[in-house]
Amino acid sequence: MKITVKFFARYREALGVDSVALEGEFTTVDDVRALLAQREDAEVLREQNLMCARNEELCQLDEPLADGDEVAFFPTVTGG
Amino acid sequence: MAIRVQAEPFDPGAEVNTMHAANVGVGAVVSFVGYVRDFNDGLDVSGMFLEHYPGMTEKALGKIAAEAEERWPLLKLEVLHRIGALEPGEPIVFVAAASAHRQAAFDACAFVMDYLKTRAPFWKKENTADGPRWVEGRDSDHAAADRWKQ
Repeated sequence: MKITVKFFARYREALGVDSVALEGEFTTVDDVRALLAQREDAEVLREQNLMCARNEELCQLDEPLADGDEVAFFPTVTGG
Repeated sequence: MAIRVQAEPFDPGAEVNTMHAANVGVGAVVSFVGYVRDFNDGLDVSGMFLEHYPGMTEKALGKIAAEAEERWPLLKLEVLHRIGALEPGEPIVFVAAASAHRQAAFDACAFVMDYLKTRAPFWKKENTADGPRWVEGRDSDHAAADRWKQ
């Protein structure tokens, strides 16, 4: 399955990239996070208060995934 | 409802005046305006940049506004948020609710702001004397949002 992953704000800067395309088998959003978090410089993806979205909607890490989904990881939002 | 995410400045007074225009059933309008401050967490702030998640931002605000419309009998609801570069003193966010009676408008306005602060994908990066820094989320914002849980 193909998954597009986007990063925002502090995470985007820390990872040095705003999106990546992945191909593989992922059951949940957390599978994607865990794979990317293996990179030594990806410590932001191991933060406790990480937020995530699937197809432009906030979700939990156990959210199931389907082929073609867009996943996003970002720090706590600070609008308003 | 009206949802706007824009880089252009806006005039909060003009926005408030549209809330009861052409609807004499509106008995109450409650509005909130958030402004960029020149000081935060111990440092002078000379400006900020508002990053967002294009596509998700509009959806998230729409969902929050739709929930407000389900919970309270509103006649009009407007949510406006700036993105991009902002200077101290500039309005950054505007929420206004119109209803027949005041309580629905008060509650809906507070609800939308509390949910926006914790669920809409915006991130502030401040320019300070020590250089740029990302603003961190506050626990008090989550506590404020939690009070609306049913």
